[in-house]
Formats: sequence, structure tokens, C-alpha cells
Amino acid sequence: MLELKNVTRTVGAETHIDNVSLRLERGTLNVLLGPTLSGKTSLMRLMAGLDKPSSGSLLVDGVDVTGVPPQKRDVAMVFQQFINYPTMTVYENIASPMRVSGAGREAIDAAVQHAAALMKLTPYLQRTPLNLSGGQQQRCALARAIVKNAGLVLLDEPLANLDYKLREELRAELPRIFAEAGTIFVYATTEPSEALLLAGNTATLSQGRVTQFGKTIEVFRRPDDLITAQTFSDPPLNTIVMRKAGSQFLLDGGVAFPVPDGLQDVPEAAYTIGFQPHHLTLVRTSPEALALQATVTAMEITGSESFVHLRFTDASWVMLSPGIQNFVVDQQIEVFLDPKQLLVFDGQGRAVTAPARLAA
Amino acid sequence: MARIDLDHIRHSYLANPVNDDDFALKEVHHSFDDGGAYALLGPSGCGKTSLLNIISGLVQPSRGRILFDGADVTQLSTERRNIAQVFQFPVIYDTMTVYDNLAFPLRNRGVPEADISRRVNETLEVIGLADRARKRARGLTADQKQKISLGRGLVRSDVNAILFDEPLTVIDPHMKWQLRSQLKELHKRFGYTMVYVTHDQTEALTFADTVVVMYEGEIVQIGSPAELFERPSHTFVGYFIGSPGMNVLPVTLEGGTARLGSLSISLPGAATAAAGARTELGVRPEYVRIGRDGVPMKLRAVEDIGRHKIVRGSIEGCELAAIVPEGDEIPADPHVRFDPRGINIYADSWRQTLRA
Amino acid sequence: MERTVNNKAWFLVLPVLVLVAFSAIIPLMTVVNYSVQDTFGNNQFFWAGLDWFQDVLESDRFWDALGRNLIFSAIILAIEIPLGIYIALNMPRKGWGVPVCLVLMALPLLIPWNVVGTIWQVFGRVDIGLLGRTLASMGIDYNYVQDPVDAWLTIIVMDVWHWTSLVVLLCYAGLVSIPDAYYQAARIDGASRWSVFRFIQLPKMGRVLLIAVLLRFMDSFMIYTEPFVVTGGGPGNETTFLSIDLVKMAIGQFDVGPAAAMSLVYFLIVLSLSWVFYTVMTNQGQETGK
Repeated sequence: MLELKNVTRTVGAETHIDNVSLRLERGTLNVLLGPTLSGKTSLMRLMAGLDKPSSGSLLVDGVDVTGVPPQKRDVAMVFQQFINYPTMTVYENIASPMRVSGAGREAIDAAVQHAAALMKLTPYLQRTPLNLSGGQQQRCALARAIVKNAGLVLLDEPLANLDYKLREELRAELPRIFAEAGTIFVYATTEPSEALLLAGNTATLSQGRVTQFGKTIEVFRRPDDLITAQTFSDPPLNTIVMRKAGSQFLLDGGVAFPVPDGLQDVPEAAYTIGFQPHHLTLVRTSPEALALQATVTAMEITGSESFVHLRFTDASWVMLSPGIQNFVVDQQIEVFLDPKQLLVFDGQGRAVTAPARLAA
Repeated sequence: MARIDLDHIRHSYLANPVNDDDFALKEVHHSFDDGGAYALLGPSGCGKTSLLNIISGLVQPSRGRILFDGADVTQLSTERRNIAQVFQFPVIYDTMTVYDNLAFPLRNRGVPEADISRRVNETLEVIGLADRARKRARGLTADQKQKISLGRGLVRSDVNAILFDEPLTVIDPHMKWQLRSQLKELHKRFGYTMVYVTHDQTEALTFADTVVVMYEGEIVQIGSPAELFERPSHTFVGYFIGSPGMNVLPVTLEGGTARLGSLSISLPGAATAAAGARTELGVRPEYVRIGRDGVPMKLRAVEDIGRHKIVRGSIEGCELAAIVPEGDEIPADPHVRFDPRGINIYADSWRQTLRA
Repeated sequence: MERTVNNKAWFLVLPVLVLVAFSAIIPLMTVVNYSVQDTFGNNQFFWAGLDWFQDVLESDRFWDALGRNLIFSAIILAIEIPLGIYIALNMPRKGWGVPVCLVLMALPLLIPWNVVGTIWQVFGRVDIGLLGRTLASMGIDYNYVQDPVDAWLTIIVMDVWHWTSLVVLLCYAGLVSIPDAYYQAARIDGASRWSVFRFIQLPKMGRVLLIAVLLRFMDSFMIYTEPFVVTGGGPGNETTFLSIDLVKMAIGQFDVGPAAAMSLVYFLIVLSLSWVFYTVMTNQGQETGK
């Protein structure tokens, strides 16, 4: 188990990591999700021992490893850029961590063959990395991390430089490999969809803070605050600010929602209402669904789905609708929103209590 | 704006190409209509970037001609072709202000300062950087830098086409949405001919009216996003577009039915294929229905990705993926049916028309 | 956070400290000592206070030598930097020409200073030198032993020949790190050759160029071996730079006190110039960082 206790790292006047506490169990896949410069790489470097925290401590299975250098830690890391030894063959690249640890010839061969098979590199073992495609080079780096059989494997946006389809295939492979290895995997990404596909646990990061940590799908469905919900939404989360008055949420201009069940008792104030793009629908999904009149501002069609960009009063929204929708820009359409799917955040951006959570 | 004709373009990076394998681009013969939004979609190494560079003049094709509005520009240099190009990594002139960056292409062409000022200010409004005009370009974020790259093209009102080479690679997901819709809006407002190279299906399909799918130096299909999704003409298109890609099952054909092992699947029409051809049935995960009737499926994994679930399993030993909407139940003993609208038949990887 | 403080680490750096003490601090203190003393030999020393410093700073000899140093540095910077950039710009970026050019460029750098001096000393001699004889046969009156202008020209040409390669290699390293997309974008923007240099290549070379200027300045400011070997500071005192003057004074004339004072002044000039460069460079770094 890897435990971070109140870890902070400041460089000069800048805070890169702000009081992060996390517990990562063995045999789990943990996604660090957040935009560029949110602290994913900084956090990984701390976990690897490449950087030292300014305050706080790191514990592995209860033992403080805060000042221990990376070469003395049981850790493997894969970077966004494909990093291999250019003059060694793929076989030697994959074998290198075992050679360092002084493993026997047969043990090395067995491990290399196994990792190469997992990463579909068996035909390329005798080539040098520069004669491989980007995807193969990155698979070689991944295989090296697997062979090391480290207790902690850190993957920093390992698929970011690969083709979309290749990314999709490796993404499907990785969770299986992780499950087999029984180590702690940490995987950094900027893409919410990648976190969802990898499943496991997710920690959302924003400006050096971990805003929420839990099972990936739980964090996605029940964000604790607005920042987490926004970080974990692609297309971007739809939001609108409304004021609670009596039994209604009101918007200037006369639009009103009845306050959903379970929220009648919250104080009268301004709230940010958020919901996922696929929760806006063209057909009424439940009797309570709210009917809203919105204006189409843009259309994007992927063949299987349509992204309908809408303007509702002052807010810009995206509706993700299955199939092909042929609306024209400036068209007025009626869309439906199930109040059960609403996320309600108070003035500080904290989730008030998402109704879905009460229903669950 | 111009119509762009690619007249039997072939290109090889070797000095003396002999056979087809020596060509990075085997043969491309296609026209981009004036004012159209096109995407060139394909995996790395399929020749899409070579094709883009041939249009912009950065690469001279080994064979064939390029015409802008009917005029042969094959021998013209990049600057004289009058095109704009946005690259994968933002190219900005570090030492200049945002304003000077945009003014640069106009100053190089000797446009009077008064006109430059007017056009640069208009463009700054369009790309939403008017408030940063006097700032050094160096300190900006990746998406702002990419907007400057685009702005340097837009500022020349007479460009023949705007070319994009995977422009959103370094942009965070949330900013991608903004930039993409801004591009679409620009296209609608000004009617530029736009060609957009990418390996990302979402970017290609959402950006373009017409998507050109390339594979190993050749065009395998040209069509609207809907056509590529519903009627992929090659199994590669089925695989490459869609997430997960199309399920491809080896079948034998008997008129209106396809046989998969011991199973019979009735087809929406009769299919025939040349004797000895490898015949396959393609059905996208979106058209696989999971319920209590149909063919029994061996369940392997269910991936809940939020807005829907991906169900992975097999029928008759063949891998099969299905997409189930959020909230739908998956029975303990799942059976699958194929929506006839989504069934395509392939012979030697190419799509066969079904007769009613 | 608990952190164990281990003082044993100091013992590990002790050898280095001792080495630095013997090689730098003790000699420096000796020099400081000499600079405030007078001696008539026999190990008899008298307190002289700041007299030597006053003498040095009031002597024309010092200011003349300093002036020569500054002029020399200015001239070789004015030649080597543009020339180095020009050569770097014209070097091939790919193909077989790259290693050939790099080796050719590195050759002069591999030759020791005194050998360079000797080469040019012989090369330029009017009686037996290839250059000297050739120029003489062309009717050009060239003699670096007697003509101050010829002496200066010889030293400058020699320094340019010896050190331009360093500037070339640094600039080349800066140039090859520029992605192709920049050149392609410039072509699309219709940029002229000069614009490409001014707005893409020069800014991208900025940092290495600064290092090149710093290295070449410090090095030329402290030049000693080559003029010592070629001209020995002459004719007259025409090529007597601070370092040569210093050695003349200390070893030739055994004026240890004034020499020590002068070397300290020299040292302070070098130190303060280094500081100025360092500040400029770190400021530049902060601006381009991020």
C-alpha cells in the first residue's frame, strides 16, 4: 500500500502539490485525472522519489520512504515520450531492469517472452527501438515496466502520443495486465473518457489539489464539488446558475424548475446546477422531466451520435444525442432534462446532495 | 477560396520508386470543392500528412498534378500557392507580440500598414485574442498559440485553403471542444476551403462535411460521417471509425442468410460473393441488441463508461462487443440480436450491396 | 516532517575543500598578502598599504594594457559571433555532410593554445613561413615582428581561426533544435530569408549565443599564450595585454607587490564582468522559461 500524508511541494513561490493525502492499495489501478499543469506529473514524481515533498510524508506498507531515492524504491515509470535505450534491441530493452537486479538467464528469458507476448512485441524482439513505430516503441517501454515487476508502476499519459485506435486497443489491454500483476498502478491522463474506460479508482486533480478520490464511476456519477464534476466531464459539464425561492429554482427571465425531491430543505440562495450532456434528451424520459426551449448554435455529427450545441438563456450547453440529428443553426428545439440527474452545487461549489445519490 | 483538384497524385520518398510498395501515396485522384470542410482520416503512416504537404507545396509529388481552380500549381512554391497551414505543435514567433505575429504574413507581402491594422484587428476579434494584442506571444497557453497560428492564415483574406495538420494534439480535452466549435463557426461564416488531417475519428467526423479515410497510401472511402458509420465500404473503415470498432464475423452466405458456425443470421437482403472470396458480416456495437431472446452470448466483461456500457463477449467463439445505454439492464443469461439496419456484408474486405 | 540530519556528509566533501584551499584560496591569499607589502629580496617584507593599488591605477601602463584587452575582445567578438552564425546557418542539417563538417569544425578546438601560437608564429614568418613568404612575394609589406598593425592582424586572425568553431558548434546545436514546422510556417507566411533568420533562428539561438558571447569574451579578455608565443607582447608594447604585462612585471621584473595588486584588480574586473553576464543570462532564462 502506498500512502501519501499531507504531501505538499512548493518550488519557489509556486505550489505544485497542495496538501495531498491518498491511500493506494495493492492490485489497484488508480487514475490521476486533470488538465495540463494540474499536478499529475508532479505527484507522480513525488511517488517515484524523483522529487522530495516540501512537507508531508510517503509511506509504503507503513514504512516512511519520504527521502529514499528512486533507485532504492520498488518503482517503474513510463513517460509520455517513448523512452528506450536506442542502441539495444527490444529484447535487451525489456530485459534491462532484470539484468540490473541480477536475475538468472532463464528467468529473464521467460519474463521477457511473457511481457513481449502481452504487448504483442514478439516479432520485433531483435530490432532496435528506432526501427519501430511509435506505438511499438511505447509498448516496449510498457513491457520494460511490466518486467521490472515493481510494487508501484507509474504511467504518465503513456498513450498520449499514439494514434486514436492504437490508444483504444492498448487501453483495453492495460487493465487486464494490471489486474494480473497485482501491483499498484498509477495512470495519469487529461481525458475523462480514458479514465472511464480504464475504470479502477480515480483521483481528480485541480491546481495541485486532489479534489476527490474514489471508484472511477462513482466519482463520475457523484462528484463532491463543481470542480471535480467539470474535470470529469467530456464534453464539458452543462451548468447554469439559479436561485432557490420557495419550492422553485428560478432564473432571471422567468424560467423555473420545481426543486427536486430531497432538496426542499436547502437554504434559499444561488446554486450552480450541473448535468452531463447525455442527460439532455429529445424525448421525455420520465414524467417529471423538465421541458426546456433552447436554440441550436452548432451541430457536430459523429455518425453514431450527434453533439447539439445549444444556448439556453445565457448558458451554452451541449446535448449528446444518439443517432443523427439534423437541426439547423438558430432552430428552436424542445429538450428534456430529468431532474433526477441534476447535480446541485452551492456558492462555494460544494455538492449540496445530488438527488441521484438519495435515489441510489 | 478555391477548388482543389488532385490529379492522379503519386508520391514516393525514394529517388527511383519501382513497385507500389515504394510509394507512400499509391494513387490519389480526388477533388476538394470550393468552400468544403474535409477531413483526411487514417492511422499514422497512411500518407495523410504527405498528401496535405503536397497540397501546400511543402512536398513535390513524384507523379500527377495539383490544380487550384483549374490552374496547375504543381510547380508553384508554397508562398505562391497562397494557402494557410496550422501545424501539430503551435508555431509562433516568440519575440513578437500577438499583433505582430498576425501582421507578419501581410508585412511580408507588402500590404500597406493601414490595411494591415484593419485586417489584424478584425482577425483578433474572430479568434478572440483582441485583449492580448500587445502581449508577447511567448507567454500564452497552447490553445491561444494555436489560435495565433490559425490567425496568421485567416488574416490573409485571399487564401485558397486552410490546411490543418492534427491541430488539437497538444490541447486539453475541454479546450478542444471550444476550438472545434470555433473552427466550425469560422467555416460557416467565411466559407473557407478547409482540409483537416487527423487520426482522431471524433475530430474528423465532427469537423468535416466529407471525410476521406486513408489506409496504406490509398483512399478507402469518401463519405459523410453518417455514411462512414452506417455503410463502411471496407472492413478497415468499420474498424477505424467507431469506438469500439465494427464487429467483423466470418460467415458463409446462403442467399438471404449468413451462417456463423451453427447459427443462422437472416440478412435484410440477398447477398452474393465471388466463389472463394472471404465473406464476413459486419455489425457495429451500436446495432447489437442485448436481451433475453436471440443468440446466446458468452459474457466476458461489462465496461461502464458513464453515458453507456460496453459489453464484451463472444458468440460461436467470435469476439463481439455491444453498446448498451446508461440505465439498461444486462440479463444474467444474455442473448443478442442484430438490428438489420446495421448489418453489412463484406467479400475480401469490401462491402457488398444487398439485393432486396 | 521528520528528517534525520547527518553531519557525516561534511567529511565526504572535506577532500574537495582541501584541494580548493590549496589550489585557489591559499595562492589567492598569498597574492593579497604581496599586494600590501614591499620587499627588497632576502625575504624582508614591509607594509605598503594600498600604495601598489594606487600605483597600478595611476599608471598609464595598466590602462593602456586594459584598453588593448577591451579593443581586442571587442574586435574578435565582432568577427567571431557573426562569422560563427553565418557558418552555422550554412552547414548541412542532414546527410553525410553533417559529420564531416562537425569534425572539420572541431579540429582547431583540439589543438593546444601554445601549439596554435607556434603554428602561426612559424606560418607568418617572413623568412620561412608559408603565409609570410606568400604575402611578401605578392608585394605586400607584412612583418608582425615590426609592424604593430600586422602583429594585431596576426593575433586576431589566429584567434578567429582557433575559436570561431566554438561559436559555430554552439549555434549549430541551437539551429538543429528548431522543428521543421517553423520553417514551413515561415514559407507559408511568405517570410524572406532575413525574416526567417531574424524571427525564428536568432530567437531560438538566443541562449546558446549568449553562452558563446560569454565564453569568447572571458577567454579573449584573459588571452595570454598565443600573443606571448607569437609576438611576445611586441613590437614595443603594442600587443602587451594585461596578462602578458602581469607576467612581465612579476617574473621579468620581480615587482611582486605591484604585480599582485594588478592581478587583484584584473581579477576583480573579470569577476564583476562575469557577474554582469551571469545576471543577464539568468534574467533571459526567466523570461524564456515557461
